[in-house]
Amino acid sequence: MNAILEQQQIAGASDIGFDEAVRFIWREADMLDRHEYRSWLALWDTAGQYIVPLDCEERADYADHLNVVFDDEAMRKARVKRLLSGFSMSAAPAARTVRSLSRFVEVSAETPGIALRCAQILTEYKYARQRVLAADVDFHLIRTGGELRLSRKVVRLVNADDALHGIGYLL
Amino acid sequence: MNATAQEYSNLVKDDRVHTRLYNDPSIFEEEMDRIFAKTWVWVAHASEVPARNTFKTAHVGRQPVIVTRDRHDEIHVLLNRCRHRASSVCEQKSGKTSVFVCPYHGWSYEVDGSLRKVPYDAGYSADFDKAEFGLLSLRVELYNGMVFATFNRDAPPLVEFLGPARKWIDLFMKQGAGFGVKVAGEHRFRFPGNWKIQLENTTDAYHFPIVHKTFLSSLDQETAETFDMMGQGGWIEDLGNGHSVCVMMPELVDLESDLDAPIPERFAELAAELVEEGHSDADVRRIVRAVGGCGFNLNLFPNVACSMAFFRVLRPISVTETEISHLALGMDGGPVAGNRMRLRLHEHFQGPMGFGTPDDAEGWERVQRGAVQGQDLWIMLNRGIDKPEAHPAGPDVDEVSGEAGMRAAYGMWKRMMTA
Repeated sequence: MNAILEQQQIAGASDIGFDEAVRFIWREADMLDRHEYRSWLALWDTAGQYIVPLDCEERADYADHLNVVFDDEAMRKARVKRLLSGFSMSAAPAARTVRSLSRFVEVSAETPGIALRCAQILTEYKYARQRVLAADVDFHLIRTGGELRLSRKVVRLVNADDALHGIGYLL
Repeated sequence: MNATAQEYSNLVKDDRVHTRLYNDPSIFEEEMDRIFAKTWVWVAHASEVPARNTFKTAHVGRQPVIVTRDRHDEIHVLLNRCRHRASSVCEQKSGKTSVFVCPYHGWSYEVDGSLRKVPYDAGYSADFDKAEFGLLSLRVELYNGMVFATFNRDAPPLVEFLGPARKWIDLFMKQGAGFGVKVAGEHRFRFPGNWKIQLENTTDAYHFPIVHKTFLSSLDQETAETFDMMGQGGWIEDLGNGHSVCVMMPELVDLESDLDAPIPERFAELAAELVEEGHSDADVRRIVRAVGGCGFNLNLFPNVACSMAFFRVLRPISVTETEISHLALGMDGGPVAGNRMRLRLHEHFQGPMGFGTPDDAEGWERVQRGAVQGQDLWIMLNRGIDKPEAHPAGPDVDEVSGEAGMRAAYGMWKRMMTA
């Protein structure tokens, strides 16, 4: 058991361990790279928010700002349906992606659940072109019915406030 | 007509344009001089410089400019280049300042562009006149909040350049629902293709049911029917000077009419929320009717469109690269719930991960990839060249999925490139 988890348990702050959270996040990243989007939907808490903002500022609430993505459950489902439909030319064929997530830091011991911040480096490949997208990613995980669930995921692209390109997959 | 003008003339016919227009670097260079440096280019909406000493940066063609509002409330468009040794004087997208200071040798400029101070000015000769070294200032004119600038002192007045397009700008601004229109955020993205591919797209209803099939299938039945543009009586109209309007949803041309119509199901929750906030029935109807924007795209040559619920701005980077901005609009000081709805609708279609834009961007890239081949082939613009016999909108309009808007834009291109 690592020291951070020990401290939390002493304080009674979180019911989710750091290692367990990181394993969950890596599993999510692997699903996204493999385009296993239906399985990905099942990782979410019903009230979960999936957000890709248009700048790098950390906000408690993004609802009154224009975002790249601001998804509740209905929009996540619609997004996955679109990406898997085969009729979207930006997603069929999909770009291949390989992402790695590291530099995990526990931000605060939220009750319930755990909040982490990490770095994500993603390489995308399609039509003989390779692009790299770097981001800070904030995760808030909770435990529901014994399973970990995504309560909030905010992907803050390092160049979010600059001109981007069409992104035909999930970050 | 000189030899070059004759050559350009030969590249644009009534029903087609030559592939070279997409990929010849020398034509691109000429476009920067003959079009972007000669005509009115959109640089801002007035709400982007809302108060005195606020500014935003923009481009006129490839030239970086600063749009400022001075303490007398006058808007200026200034070349972002120090008059001493050319350093840019501003690298922020927007902000507030009372002075622009060059980081290199400290020359400072007023918000109106005039040179305020030169450090260690004893080093200059006695006849050095600061009045001669202000930031280069472009000609600026506004129409209904839209700010245009030009390097050309001889360009006709903006109202003349816009002509019949003004009526459509006025209709477009009705989506402020009595509050006025305000820029609420901006998606920017680039695609590897020529700027005219995007110019065409805003007046291309033909692609919508094909490219945006997955957007349409993400909508409820009622909304999907609204977006079904074919055979609904829509039309395209050439408005002169390269401008055109593409009316996709005729029932949403005038957002202040039909206020008694039933509220669409998808806006029922918003309407209930507005009622709860204490808005009158008339206000609720006005706000809800306007919340999804207008039923038309107004294409203004060469770089801006008033497109349903947002401004589309294009910036040519090179012959094969273009930057697009989609500026979301809100009601200036309008109800929070209504403005949130507008943001969510914008995110649904627009932006790098929207349900529409990535497919558009991919389509335009595919055009550019295809156009490197068959250098003797043509881009066809002949759809709807035989006008419908009788259209309720008038004798001189094309059916909605026709290519009359593109023919209008290329007509202006030809006029300017051969002038």
